[in-house]
Amino acid sequence: MARGIKDKVAILGMGCSKFGERWDSGAEELMLEAYKECIADAGIDAKQINAAWFSTAIDEVHVGKSGIPLSTTLRLPNIPVTHVENMCASGTEAFRGACYAVASGAADFALALGVEKLKDTGYGGLPGGRGAPLQQLWNANGTAPGNFAQLATAYMTAHGVSADDLKKAIGHVSWKSHQNGAKNPKAHLQKAVDMETILKAPMIASPLGLFDCCGVSDGAAAAIVTTPEIAKSLGKSNIVSVKALQLSVSNGSESGHNSWDGSYFHTTRIASKKAYEEAGIKNPRNEVSMFEVHDCFSVTELVTMEDLHISETGKGWKDVLDGFYDADGKIPCQIDGGLKCFGHPIGASGLRMLYEMYLQFQGRAGARQLKDPRIGMTHNLGGAPRENVSSVAIVGRFE
Amino acid sequence: MVGIVAYGAYVPRLRLSRQAVYDANKWFAAGLRGLAKGERSMANWDEDSITMAVEASRDCLTSHKAEDVRNLYFASTTHPFKDRQNAGVIGTALNIEQNLLASDVGGSQKAGTSALIAGLNASKNGGGPALVAAADKRLTRVASANELNYGDGAAALLCGTENVIAKLVGHHSVSMDFVDHFRGDESDFDYNWEERWIRDEGYSKIVPPAIKAALAACKLKGADISHFIMPSLMPAVPKQMAKMCGVGEGAVRDLLGANLGDTGCAHALVMLVDALETAKEGDKIMVVAFGQGVDVLVLEVTAENARLPKRKGLSGWMKRRKEETNYMKFLAFNEMLPIDKGMRAEFDKKTALSILWRKRDMIYGLVGGKCRVCGTVQFPRTPVCVNPNCHAIDSQDPYNMAGLEANVMSFTADSLTYSPDPPAYYGMITFPEGGRFMADFTDSDKEQVKVGAKMRMTFRIRDNDQMRGGFKRYFWKAAPV
Repeated sequence: MARGIKDKVAILGMGCSKFGERWDSGAEELMLEAYKECIADAGIDAKQINAAWFSTAIDEVHVGKSGIPLSTTLRLPNIPVTHVENMCASGTEAFRGACYAVASGAADFALALGVEKLKDTGYGGLPGGRGAPLQQLWNANGTAPGNFAQLATAYMTAHGVSADDLKKAIGHVSWKSHQNGAKNPKAHLQKAVDMETILKAPMIASPLGLFDCCGVSDGAAAAIVTTPEIAKSLGKSNIVSVKALQLSVSNGSESGHNSWDGSYFHTTRIASKKAYEEAGIKNPRNEVSMFEVHDCFSVTELVTMEDLHISETGKGWKDVLDGFYDADGKIPCQIDGGLKCFGHPIGASGLRMLYEMYLQFQGRAGARQLKDPRIGMTHNLGGAPRENVSSVAIVGRFE
Repeated sequence: MVGIVAYGAYVPRLRLSRQAVYDANKWFAAGLRGLAKGERSMANWDEDSITMAVEASRDCLTSHKAEDVRNLYFASTTHPFKDRQNAGVIGTALNIEQNLLASDVGGSQKAGTSALIAGLNASKNGGGPALVAAADKRLTRVASANELNYGDGAAALLCGTENVIAKLVGHHSVSMDFVDHFRGDESDFDYNWEERWIRDEGYSKIVPPAIKAALAACKLKGADISHFIMPSLMPAVPKQMAKMCGVGEGAVRDLLGANLGDTGCAHALVMLVDALETAKEGDKIMVVAFGQGVDVLVLEVTAENARLPKRKGLSGWMKRRKEETNYMKFLAFNEMLPIDKGMRAEFDKKTALSILWRKRDMIYGLVGGKCRVCGTVQFPRTPVCVNPNCHAIDSQDPYNMAGLEANVMSFTADSLTYSPDPPAYYGMITFPEGGRFMADFTDSDKEQVKVGAKMRMTFRIRDNDQMRGGFKRYFWKAAPV
């Protein structure tokens, strides 16, 4: 294990646009909305930023390649801008780039900004496409809900969970996020929904119904990072520092080798274990105060809580039904509404999760403020259960 | 001795209720009432003459090695490609390319028998085994008699000189431009002349002399024929022709109209497979096909027929059946209904032909890899072994997976993705030998698709690139066993 970057990087400022169907805004306006809040919060001048990392996911319908879209939108002073794309982990990847630049000493101030403008396609759901030219010739004619629905099928098979029990558990996951999202003025969906509505919703990809799927949203989020020493020298108190950043990428064994049973995220198990080690966390179920995980689909969240080593394998659905992850539970998960209700502008999502952590640790989370959170973990999963990138970040109070 | 050494057939699972067709159209064509009985086979949206011919060929090769085939003839009047060898697609799907002469035969309802004669002659002259596949999927006008009479299907016959199950006794052909119907270059549909004229001036004057000439060449009498095979859209005509040639009425084979329909230029061979399934040693089979002339073949069944290893055959595929009463679905599957497919159907389906060429054994042959170091079977074949405990480089030999059964590990029914037949069923299938991939399912119902369900691989259309004149993308899908 490498030495890691625990407490070498501090978050100096953050910003996040309102998420939702932003018919009024293009990617440029969303970027600026997040950036204005972020730079004001950081309290530095744009000229002080040494380097930037820019994340988007679905370039086919988006701003285009390279660092130029960010540089031109913000009129950055010709600094290095790196465009990163790693599917749903893109936002956290931009953050990782910025943090590593600061940790290495290459930059004193680094910007990470993620944006996704999805609602310019003319149809619901994620923008489609047929994939890379070879994949087009043989990959199943699938969608994201169809891929994650199979996680539910395989999970039920592996652990002998009945379709009824699972449906209730994943229904509770979505119910909880709607409860939380109702308290978040920046969330895409701010309405609480009762269990009956959730369970009776139309099927999208069996067994996932409409409420098992997260929103398709426009939005942007940004962070400026520096060292804890510089943050202190700028007069900052309540400093939030980075404890661990880990990424695990599938190498084809789940999709191509019969050793994987389809019921869990191989990569998430690896990334989270490494992150706990980097952060020096021995017993995550007791030490982590809050989670923002990748609830692209309700079942993803349920299974992820096992793969993050919080719930016992095959028992996560019971923790969910026990309210363990509710706002008033032992470890609140998705206190900001999650992807489900805050929304999922892909390139921004990882940074949005960190934004919530940052607000919570500083006691600025308004109606959804948790009592004295100290350590939080964010998690993004890009791709499908059989082939994905899983990124994990641990942040907390610098003490 | 040259003759047929193996047979196979294929019939799509769906059987369209003729009553349902009539009920939809009777307001316009009440005269079709007499045809509103039984059912006709109906190709799934992902089937065409190539995919059906591949299935029939696989059925036929149950008992024989594909790589021994030296000549491949594909007869159809509905070849999916006008210029691109359709038989070559079948060859690639069967993983035979080398030492193969492949030919498309078409243009007439006797294309199937003409291909069979060519195949037998090729084998007779020391050319090695010849595979003759015939398939048709003909489009028909709404509320036409053809719509009710036609069916979709395929047959395949392997010709050779070893272990012959039905030896060629003789054949005779005449070619004359009698236009009973035609399908011009600018139309998808057949245009038929009056039946009574076809019967009196066509069949009655052209067929009997040809049959008599064939009998004479074979030194046989009409009464010697035990199975008389002659497709016709007029059920009385074969009986009439038999009578005119002294063939016993009991020898005239059923036209399979009640549950299958007329499968076009494949039908004579489909009926031949039907006959071979139960024919006894010494039976003499006469096959007659009419279409701008007539082909007549006479075959004699040998003792080998009883020893031919079991296959699905026509009867097996006929048993796999699902009634379809939704006429709108039939129209939509045949692209005859401007249905609102939604924006997700608009994604470009351009095929990189250079990739298709490099990966043709993977895409058309479903050939994966087997690692020489650890023995792991995998799909696709890649430069580095997928086994997490191996990862050997350049270690894989080609491994054919098309014939393997697979199990469903996980699946879904997706209502979001565009499918011509929603919801789209797909899932992770695993092969007990090793290997897995996320596969589209076809011919699947809710009741059949379950975790652990056994699936067989079937060659199907994946996409139709209508922006470029209808380039069909083929790949393998999983269907319930």
